[in-house]
Amino acid sequence: MRITTDVIEPDKLRDELCDDRAGAYAAFEGWIRNHNDGEDVLRLEYEVYGPLALKEGEKVIAEARRKFPIIHAECVHREGMLEIGECAVWVGVSSAHRDEAFAACRYIIDQVKVRLPIWKKEHYVDGNSGWVNCERCAVHGHEHPQAASS
Amino acid sequence: MSKKLTVRYFAGFREHAGTGEESVELDVSTAAELFARLKHRHGSAEPLGHCKVAINDEMADWDSALSDGDVVLLFPPVAGG
Repeated sequence: MRITTDVIEPDKLRDELCDDRAGAYAAFEGWIRNHNDGEDVLRLEYEVYGPLALKEGEKVIAEARRKFPIIHAECVHREGMLEIGECAVWVGVSSAHRDEAFAACRYIIDQVKVRLPIWKKEHYVDGNSGWVNCERCAVHGHEHPQAASS
Repeated sequence: MSKKLTVRYFAGFREHAGTGEESVELDVSTAAELFARLKHRHGSAEPLGHCKVAINDEMADWDSALSDGDVVLLFPPVAGG
């Protein structure tokens, strides 16, 4: 798990996962889009609490390794102000076969989004701004899993 | 019994509280009780179930017991990715 203020370069990260035992590679890139909930978004600001984001991210990757027979897995998340089109998060997994690469990649991004202490503030075209709530919080009765008990 | 705690706020909580960190002395036994007391003080409407807590840099449950001198991190709903 890595947190960075630098531009994410997926091609370079992909190369780190290459392995002669791997027959499959799956990756996910999360990009900054120009709209959310009917608002025109200008840019996005990520706040990260580094010490725990790294610790929790490593836990998520370790869980993925236990659940799926994969070879390498890595996740990189940006911090700071990002412009439209920039890559905010990257997850990559290499494995012998595609099923586990897809599944582990999906597991990692889903858990990263709901467990790591990362917040985003949207800056809108109209000059306003607002913190974005977890997308699942809009679902009635949704409770976040508590990491300590999972 | 009253405990001296350091509370750190993040993102929207920091903006509500008007500070990133404060020292408090409160008669609370769990993280949930602390949250309820501070919520009242700072006027945040965020339900506890959507938030997370860490104690001394370890993710914790809301029913975790607090000790004198603990550093409690209060996290509003996270939204990575």
